[in-house]
Amino acid sequence: MTIASKRRSLSLRIAIYIFAAIWLLVAAFPFVWTLWGSFKVELDFFSVANWTNALSGERTIAEYGQPFTDAGYEGAWIKEEFWRNVINTFIVCFFVVCTSLTIGTLGGYALSRSGYRYTLILLIAALIFRAMPPITLVSGYMLPFFEWNVWGILPTTIIVLVAINQPFTLWMLHSFFQNIPKELDESAKVDGCSQFKAFRLVIIPVMWPGVITTGLFSFLLAYNDFAITSMLLSEDNRTMVPQIAAFLGTTYTEGNVMFAVAAVVSAAAPLFILVMFFQRQIVSGLTAGAVKG
Amino acid sequence: MKHSTFIWFFSPTALAMLLFIAFPIVSVLVQSVHAPHKAVLVEVETCTPLVGCTIETSIDQEATRAIREEKPIGRFIGLEIFSDRGHLAISEVSKIWSISENFNEFFTKLGNLPFYRAMAFTLTFTFIVTPLVVIVGFLIALNVNALHDRIKGVVVFFSLLPFVITPLIGALVLFWMIDSRGILGSAIQWIFADPNLSLKASTGLMWISLIVYGVWHAAPFAFVIFYAGLQTLPADQLEAAQIDGATRTQQVRYVVLPHLMPLVSFVALIQLMDNFRVFEPIVGFNASAHAQSLSWFIFNDLGGETRQLSSASATSVLTIIGVTILLLPVLRRTWRDFMEKAK
Repeated sequence: MTIASKRRSLSLRIAIYIFAAIWLLVAAFPFVWTLWGSFKVELDFFSVANWTNALSGERTIAEYGQPFTDAGYEGAWIKEEFWRNVINTFIVCFFVVCTSLTIGTLGGYALSRSGYRYTLILLIAALIFRAMPPITLVSGYMLPFFEWNVWGILPTTIIVLVAINQPFTLWMLHSFFQNIPKELDESAKVDGCSQFKAFRLVIIPVMWPGVITTGLFSFLLAYNDFAITSMLLSEDNRTMVPQIAAFLGTTYTEGNVMFAVAAVVSAAAPLFILVMFFQRQIVSGLTAGAVKG
Repeated sequence: MKHSTFIWFFSPTALAMLLFIAFPIVSVLVQSVHAPHKAVLVEVETCTPLVGCTIETSIDQEATRAIREEKPIGRFIGLEIFSDRGHLAISEVSKIWSISENFNEFFTKLGNLPFYRAMAFTLTFTFIVTPLVVIVGFLIALNVNALHDRIKGVVVFFSLLPFVITPLIGALVLFWMIDSRGILGSAIQWIFADPNLSLKASTGLMWISLIVYGVWHAAPFAFVIFYAGLQTLPADQLEAAQIDGATRTQQVRYVVLPHLMPLVSFVALIQLMDNFRVFEPIVGFNASAHAQSLSWFIFNDLGGETRQLSSASATSVLTIIGVTILLLPVLRRTWRDFMEKAK
């Protein structure tokens, strides 16, 4: 590739940088714009009169005396008690990630170390389960959960999300474990370790990069879920995403769209921080499945 | 690994999947052939002097509750829900087929039935977004690969954002911009010099914006995969092509593309599955008047005051069948790969 880059003409190089700039704009501008707009009043962010109002904040100045206001955040976090949903989201994500990594690591390790044909059948079953849209399962949960009186509470949702995460977690950890040489735990077993002891003493110390990457994706699946959380949680136990959807239901009529805008920015912020710190793991996780086929 | 050890390691995850994925699928299948019990009616004859006797029908609340508690699943009705107007609408379709004079008329009338309208959108969305994602992702990957190393990291960071973001939030962020009072909406009105242009009013515009969202959301995924593939491109092949005098386009066409082909099929298959379940953008764009999908029907049936479990279950079964059809090539490939490795 070095030869190719030396030979690139000036016009091609300019074209490359223009294209990159356009893509950056397409990818990032919507977020920048929403962050900017979340500190305005509705009539500025959704300006009928003139779109430059969103830049200058004409109405915001008229209403609050300054071009920026935290009214949207105040309304969402304090008046609508969005902090409850934030706490719920982090409870759900924490337990989903911990549980699915624990049972997924054991399962993925077993799949990678057993050479029998049933491992293939289990992996294919997991692939089919992974392809099921989660919302198709929801109507199967409703009746039993109502009967047992466990609908609407956080633990039920956590268990369901763990189960829905499992197929993906298994596939990912399976491919990570296959990269850890079998000789490592085989030799520990020759030295007299049981399978579990070999796993505990030899595999656990070297498996962390794969587990962290898989944990990130479990977190994203739990954090980003809308279908399950909106259907299985009662109004008091809602996490952030269904609460934002609920804001839209009420705010479009009440004229408090800015609450939803502020909530959206608040919910997106942790994801930005996540990408900032774990960019390399996310990229390696995405490619782990693909490059192996 | 011994079978017994395998079972010990695998049982927790197996149990989770069995209880919360496999059983619900069975439960959905069973529910789709049952309907809620009808209310038990009793006829009471009341006689008043001079007026005469009237027979009044009223609901026997106690008996109704008793039968509902005894058998909460409802009564067995077979495939009735599948063939009703909200689902496959078999009788309506055959009627339309018999009165329509040509295919055009048939498909127009078919589009008035909810299931087929939703299928039309889902399939259009799936088969437009999937190739676009592959193409756009490939272009971005080629482009980023040519950038200076220092700024690659920054570009990858920003590229990941649309993919990592919660789908509902991503949809809302775009929707607020495309809204007729938002910045892009105003720009479009200005370009077409039509102050009344609004995507909320137009089915075509709504479909286009949903497709734009789909590409925006998934192109980074394709980009990351292709970008990783480009790093493994054998340099000597490219050099050989250059020595043979291949132009830049020819290098891409005959060296880069064949190398990335397995990844293209991987991305395309994942995208087929994911786009077929399109759901969050319809909620985020508030687009249900113009575009529905099967997932949205299930959501709509289950939400609200009356939870229509039977109808939702029937749609779920139809969705599962659709996903399975899309998945068959992947399954065959996985099976074949594993068998080759086993040899």
